[in-house]
Amino acid sequence: MFHRESGVLKTTYEADMALYPLPIARWTVAAIAVLMFLVLPFLLHEYYLSLINLVSIAVVGALGLNILVGYTGQISIGHGAFMSVGAYTAANLVVRLGLPFWIALPAGGLMAAAVGAVVGIPSLRIKGLYLAIATLAGQLIIEWTINHVTWISGGVQASIQMPRPSLFGHEIATQTEMYFFLLFFVVLAVIGTMNLVRSRIGRAFIAIRDQDIAAEIIGIDIFRYKLLSFGISSFYAGVTGVLYTYYLGIANYEQFQINVSIDYLAMIIIGGLGSVLGSIFGAIFVTLLPIASRVFMEAFGGMIFSSQAMLNIIPNVRLILFGALIIVFLVVEPEGLNRLWRNIRSYFRVWPFAY
Amino acid sequence: MLDFDWQFFALLMSNGVLIGLMYSLIALGFVLVYKATDAINFAQGEFVMIAGFVVAVALGDYGVPLWLAVAAGLAAMISFGFGLERVVLRPLIGRPVVAVIMATIGLAAVLRGLGPILWGAETRALNLPISDEPFIWGPLFVPPIQLLGAAVSIVFLGAFGWFFLKSRKGIAMRAVADNQQVAMAMGINVERYFALAWSMAGVVSALGGIVWGSLLGVDTHLALEGFKVFPVVILGGLDSIPGAIVGGLVVGIVENVAAGYVDPYVGGGTKDFAPYLLMIVALMVRPYGIFGKAIIERV
Repeated sequence: MFHRESGVLKTTYEADMALYPLPIARWTVAAIAVLMFLVLPFLLHEYYLSLINLVSIAVVGALGLNILVGYTGQISIGHGAFMSVGAYTAANLVVRLGLPFWIALPAGGLMAAAVGAVVGIPSLRIKGLYLAIATLAGQLIIEWTINHVTWISGGVQASIQMPRPSLFGHEIATQTEMYFFLLFFVVLAVIGTMNLVRSRIGRAFIAIRDQDIAAEIIGIDIFRYKLLSFGISSFYAGVTGVLYTYYLGIANYEQFQINVSIDYLAMIIIGGLGSVLGSIFGAIFVTLLPIASRVFMEAFGGMIFSSQAMLNIIPNVRLILFGALIIVFLVVEPEGLNRLWRNIRSYFRVWPFAY
Repeated sequence: MLDFDWQFFALLMSNGVLIGLMYSLIALGFVLVYKATDAINFAQGEFVMIAGFVVAVALGDYGVPLWLAVAAGLAAMISFGFGLERVVLRPLIGRPVVAVIMATIGLAAVLRGLGPILWGAETRALNLPISDEPFIWGPLFVPPIQLLGAAVSIVFLGAFGWFFLKSRKGIAMRAVADNQQVAMAMGINVERYFALAWSMAGVVSALGGIVWGSLLGVDTHLALEGFKVFPVVILGGLDSIPGAIVGGLVVGIVENVAAGYVDPYVGGGTKDFAPYLLMIVALMVRPYGIFGKAIIERV
């Protein structure tokens, strides 16, 4: 936020790595918490809460992918498939065994983590483009398997009805209740990621990203940490899949196809690689972009195009905007929205002076 | 295995070989760009789609003669490749590989959105003046369009193979691919060769668009053929033109044979994932493909 660091002197490494870098950060975090938990849910209309819910789900997934791509430097085009693994695992557990969500959710995450670690095995030998394509293969093979093995996918159209999650006998059904349910996991995921990346494991990830051979020479077991990164990232993805399934009330492989993997990659590129705040910005941006572009086109597109043509144009405008934004961010601002935010902040920090 | 149906097998094989050669044509565009500029083009399928659209629209809507439509397709794709290199890919030189991958994925999204807006969402026919009647040689049925596609592939694979091995420009391009700084020091205009490589990819995409478009019809699904490029180039090696042929043949044969024998038991779709399964196995054994060069890393 907009505050000055003067008078804060750090004398230990622990202080430098603390979650709250400055005393005032406690107050900003507290203010955001009050806003999110006490003000927003009672102020906003259900429709806007449903949008926030979609963003919440995306935040968890984007954080997971950022651990893998942004912090460990591995590429994955299989994030959507890992989400589907989590979703179908949880759906099967809930429907067949009647398990509650607090067992189904971590189980979905763990299953996705196991599958993710297997898909990540080639990362020991290959990197860059080859790894990207290997994970793309993982995506296609997982998609095919779920679609064709009726034991997993529940037969007709590969979809399973998912009952609502319930807490202490109370069913979470309305958008407002869903909002609190999802927000809890967002907070958990954010704190978890922030703690992970400042721990020994997180620093090993960053060392591998910066130069993996050098990391191996200073004693980091690359194989273990790369697989761990794939596992943790896929765990987040699996949890995202379960949350999305609970949100929609149905598990369907069409919600987790390759375009979803690309959406999540776009989130962390647009938001900022290797940054928790960037993942959140990116998730908000990419989730709201299609909605914003549709509202905009419905409002103003009618002036230029006929209503018949609009049916064709609206989804395609969304695609064009999406692709163009990825390119613009990569060319103009490679560090994404997070960097823009830092620039704004450092400008206002010394305002009204130049420096 | 008692009554092995040789006729069925031969049919699958011949179809696989012809389709495989047509895959090689698309893969060639990918290999050309990677060989010269180290850039990875995830939008290769969309290139082919756009080229198909241009030719189909020129033939269908404007009724121009075939040679003019083909020329228009070639010109459009050359200028497109040229402009793309200048605007999108040049600023990304020296950036991490994920940046280039994501930029071309973004480009793919733009093209897939642009095609239907400019030319409509319905499937267009791209009719070449050749007959639909398949040639029948013994057990084999060969549609003429596949034969044409395979022939075009072989001609261009040969031509580009010669270009890289013998011609002055091709040798310069190999030098650029090998080490950009040294190439610059030897007086090679690196940026011009980058533009040339993307234009050549444009030419190959235009041809791919014509043969694939007339085989499948032109709409956004044509871009999905781009997904077949990855197993082809991984199997063959990303920077190898002979590899593109071998990879294309292997993928074409494997997907046809797999689809012929496995599909009845699992209910379809084997065609799309069998090549990827094969690719993963190949990656575990030979990480740099059959003909690709191994990269030696230094810290």
